[in-house]
Amino acid sequence: MNQELFLTWVRSTGLDIAIGIFVLGTLWRLFEIYSLGRKTDLAVPKHRAGASGLHTIFRRSLPPPGMFKRSTVSYVAGYVFHIGLFVIVVLFAQHIKLIQGLTGLSWPGLPSQFIDATTVVTLATMLLVLAERINKPVKRFLSTFEDYAAWTLTFLPVLTGYLATKHLLLPYTLMLSLHILSLELLLIFLPFTKLIHVFTLWGSRWYNGNINAKKGVPV
Amino acid sequence: MNEHETLGERLAQQGISRRAFLKFCTAMASLMALPPGSVTAIAEALVKAKRPSVIWLSFQECTGCTESLTRSHTPTLENMIFDMISLDYHHTLQAASGYGAEKSREDTMRDFYGKYLLVVDGSIPLNDGGVYSTIAGRTNLDLLQEAAKGAAAIIAVGTCAAFGGIPNAKPNPTGAVAVTDIIKDKPIVNISGCPPIPAVITGVLAHYLTFGFLPELDDLGRPKSFYGETIHDRCYRRPFYDQGKFAKSFDDEGARNGWCLFELGCKGPTTHNVCATTKWNGGTSFPIESGHGCLGCSEPHFWDAGSFYSALSMSSSPLKLATDAVVAGAAVGVAVSIANRLKKSAAKSAHQTATIADLEK
Repeated sequence: MNQELFLTWVRSTGLDIAIGIFVLGTLWRLFEIYSLGRKTDLAVPKHRAGASGLHTIFRRSLPPPGMFKRSTVSYVAGYVFHIGLFVIVVLFAQHIKLIQGLTGLSWPGLPSQFIDATTVVTLATMLLVLAERINKPVKRFLSTFEDYAAWTLTFLPVLTGYLATKHLLLPYTLMLSLHILSLELLLIFLPFTKLIHVFTLWGSRWYNGNINAKKGVPV
Repeated sequence: MNEHETLGERLAQQGISRRAFLKFCTAMASLMALPPGSVTAIAEALVKAKRPSVIWLSFQECTGCTESLTRSHTPTLENMIFDMISLDYHHTLQAASGYGAEKSREDTMRDFYGKYLLVVDGSIPLNDGGVYSTIAGRTNLDLLQEAAKGAAAIIAVGTCAAFGGIPNAKPNPTGAVAVTDIIKDKPIVNISGCPPIPAVITGVLAHYLTFGFLPELDDLGRPKSFYGETIHDRCYRRPFYDQGKFAKSFDDEGARNGWCLFELGCKGPTTHNVCATTKWNGGTSFPIESGHGCLGCSEPHFWDAGSFYSALSMSSSPLKLATDAVVAGAAVGVAVSIANRLKKSAAKSAHQTATIADLEK
């Protein structure tokens, strides 16, 4: 298979398979998680739940008192690369075109130079969080193969995308194909790894806020 | 058949000035990315060069390549260089027909065995014994294998000859293949494009006449000097791509302002050719300059790479599995949910209440 055929494959059959597994896996996992339910809470709530769940969704994005100082890199780099990923995925004209082709939805993109700069910063911060995960004994102890795999699956599309647009390392056609392939791998594994947090994050935070309020600690 | 006269003698006969000839050599040196000092060397070599015999075989093709090479410039040095070779067999251009035409080919193959250049345009059908394209009752495969034996080199002109082209597009009913799929023991240069740029074939011929061998080729057998960079690399609209300014339709404000055509399906980023610099129609313009994206015609399988109007970052074919995936995902999810709930119920019913008496046992 030459480069041109490889590109056509990742743009057609490969993408079809990846999106198929992504949709299947995501629905499967979400049905499974949310249908599991909880045991009926027989205790009388100490407090009305109110909007504690909703508040927690936002509050959990802020560091608790003292934590920012203790874990500065995690917070700053964590924020930076998550926002960076959002900007790259959702506000790059070429990606918007892909989303438009798949869903019909589109919106204005940002200048490519801005996306380039964001990509460099995102890559740097992702390397930083990896370095910290390896260097901090506690984090290293808590890390499993899945954590490193999730990091790699997220890092590769960003790296190959940057190398492709900058025409570095490999011919553009091949690098673009690898970029699309790496995204397809991410889509395939996302529902079955910790990366599912892109969907479950909001529900989990809401549940924690809600139950904590009922136990007497409203937010 | 006598040896052909030299290029210098032929030029003198046609009254072409040395100045015009040197201008041509300079243009060729520039096209092939050779150093300025090579112009004199090219001129000297070309003047002394014997006009090589050329057999042009047209197989499964549309004659677009010949149309491009003969009609796009009238008359220019590109046309003249065609006078500089001895085109001994070419279906479209030759006056002879029938047995006379075939005899000309046979004579050339015999008299210039090991010296003639073989130019091929069109793909070669292999299915059903190659019956889908025959000349004088012989299959293209048969003619190619015969002519290739005595050829000094083969030039595959056009994407059909170079990569199979449109006849090779799915489902490829005739089993069309490229020249390189059949001939393995001869130097072959692919001049792809649908059609290829006239200056590229004259450049390759000039290189062959000057140096006596074919130019350096890329991994697809194309001359690096012409196919070394992508259309996108040399496109005058590239700054708009870098700025993220894209035409959204062929008649919007962006299109009128000359913005990048990426979103309208331009394949310039993955297409290697010199359209953006050499241009077409005597340097008038090229497709992107005329407001249409590049189709990627000088790349293999360009016809099967999805719509010409879907951007490179888009899916090249509609998703087929998504709807089934939604149904399957929901079904698996519900099935797992039921299984989990049954497990919970079973655990609940199996639960035994412990009494104080039990604990004291």
